[in-house]
Amino acid sequence: MMSKRKQQRQLFYLVPYGAWLLLFVIAPLVLLLFQSLTTQDGHFTLANYAIYFGSGTYLLMTFNSVWYAFLITLITLVISYPMAYLLNQLKRKQFWLLLIILPTWINLLLKTYAFIGLLSKSGTVNNFLGLWGIVPQQLLFSNWSFLLVAAYIEIPFMILPIFNSLAEIDPRLAQASRDLGANKWQTLWRVTMPLSMSGVKAGIQAVFIPSLSLFMITRLIGGNRVITLGTAIEEHFLVTQNWRLGSTIGVILIVAMVITMILTRDRGRQSSRKRG
Amino acid sequence: MKKLLLGLVAILLVVGALFGTQQYLAAQTGSDTSSDKVLNLYNWGDYLDPDLMTKFTKETGYKISYETFDSNEAMYTKIKQGGTSYDLTVPSDYMIQKMKRENLLLPLDHSKLTGLKNYDPRFMNLSFDRNNKYSLPYFWGTLGIIYNDKYVNGKDIQHWDDLWSPKFKNQIMLVDSARDALAVALITQHKSVNDKSTADLAAAQAKLEAMMPNVKAVIADEIKMYMAQNEAGIAVTYSGEAAEAIDNNPHLHYVVPSEGSNLWFDNIVMPKTAKHKAAAYAFLNFMSEPKNAAQNAEYIGYATPNAKAKALLPKAVRNDRQFYPDDQTISRLQVYDDLGQVWTEKYNDAFLEFKMSHH
Repeated sequence: MMSKRKQQRQLFYLVPYGAWLLLFVIAPLVLLLFQSLTTQDGHFTLANYAIYFGSGTYLLMTFNSVWYAFLITLITLVISYPMAYLLNQLKRKQFWLLLIILPTWINLLLKTYAFIGLLSKSGTVNNFLGLWGIVPQQLLFSNWSFLLVAAYIEIPFMILPIFNSLAEIDPRLAQASRDLGANKWQTLWRVTMPLSMSGVKAGIQAVFIPSLSLFMITRLIGGNRVITLGTAIEEHFLVTQNWRLGSTIGVILIVAMVITMILTRDRGRQSSRKRG
Repeated sequence: MKKLLLGLVAILLVVGALFGTQQYLAAQTGSDTSSDKVLNLYNWGDYLDPDLMTKFTKETGYKISYETFDSNEAMYTKIKQGGTSYDLTVPSDYMIQKMKRENLLLPLDHSKLTGLKNYDPRFMNLSFDRNNKYSLPYFWGTLGIIYNDKYVNGKDIQHWDDLWSPKFKNQIMLVDSARDALAVALITQHKSVNDKSTADLAAAQAKLEAMMPNVKAVIADEIKMYMAQNEAGIAVTYSGEAAEAIDNNPHLHYVVPSEGSNLWFDNIVMPKTAKHKAAAYAFLNFMSEPKNAAQNAEYIGYATPNAKAKALLPKAVRNDRQFYPDDQTISRLQVYDDLGQVWTEKYNDAFLEFKMSHH
């Protein structure tokens, strides 16, 4: 019999968490949904969604957002997995990991401005190219500069979960695999990688979801040549003050995020629990 | 359990202390109504010479509590939602019209204003506020073209139509604002910047899209920094931004096309929330004094609407055609009207589609 007091205590522990969840997660979501489904005078309407789905501009923008978020995720993943793998082989891995996490302590806007200094026509990169007699190149305001900066900013969030999942793998499993005749690549492909998939999925979530709604970088580095849904939300809340349409786009982004969570959820662990 | 309770008590204590501090600070800065010797001024960032604040306090005894905003819309939202007690704020033309319509402003009692005669009549009694019932002009400026003489010959870029010249491929930075970008296209088509015709707007959007090969980027405040760093040859932006960029790079020049452009105003108004009216009138009169207005104009670098203050400015500033255009150009400048919700959205949709036309 679990004593009543213990139960009460557990409920008591839940209070701060529940209050937080209610005030800062559920209430804003409900408000967002409410705004998107009502007219100025509070009547129910689907007009905002009709505007959204009836507009080629918004649909193209949605496609852009998903496409760029996908590219950013792909780039960070391709860079992060080998990096996390190598980090795990190093002696002082916690120290090296710290160096990678360090840039996240700096404000995002400051990092973006630093990139302006690097990529501008009179910037460091062009000065460096100039040493070889190459004329200043237009580096800013392109899809590539946007992807570069966005990927740079997101990389720590991809490395961290992958690194953790790799660190959790029992090294004896790799030894066993080699004892049983698998070469290095087979071990990596058949043992290490499947076991680190939970980290990869967490990393994809941590990168793809925020990438969907990036907007400062699209303007500062992309010069608004890359337009994502974040740009439209900013505009509706700040310029046209049509909060209802802004909320609608917000709801659609949240739905997209939920879909991402479902697609990347950790099925492996659930099934192993069942077996256990 | 004990630990948790202790923790909770500690948190409550901290919250209580913070609340107390906040109350104390509020009383200090005058958000609290009990302290009467303050003026709550809600203004754009760095838009008033700090020396003048000290002088104002010395002369009148009112202490200025200066809070800042970075867009008309942010200011509007905060005042509309209430809970503030700003005595004066400084919206732009179209926003004054909007706030007026929504009864967010108090009319000014002209019998209490001592400096009205100092203002240039051309900048008074404008469409957004007839007879200056609600507002006094603070600064004015224009929309125009900055060019860098290292990359562009000044003769080639004197008119809006020059922006479409194939010579300037991928050289132009355009201000990220629907109103301003479309105003350029509308003016080249001899239309009003407040045009409310679907056909005209579509034509303006098409014209703007034709400029796309020349557009390097569509950005906001960053234009002044990029222009100062020689990132682009040409930019379309406001005179105030241009003045700052030119300060940092002598190769830059600012042109207001003689065929017309936008004339913008930042005017001082008294929002409905005002509590210290005597202080507010004292400040309005203080800023109308030519000496103070001139000092402020020199500090900020924008054009003053105060004719007597302008006369006090150094000759080089007063006669600078970049920031004080000739009478003929001024007569062709147009002020933005508040377009209303429907047309504001139409302008923004058109601009968004223009920005998307890259793909």
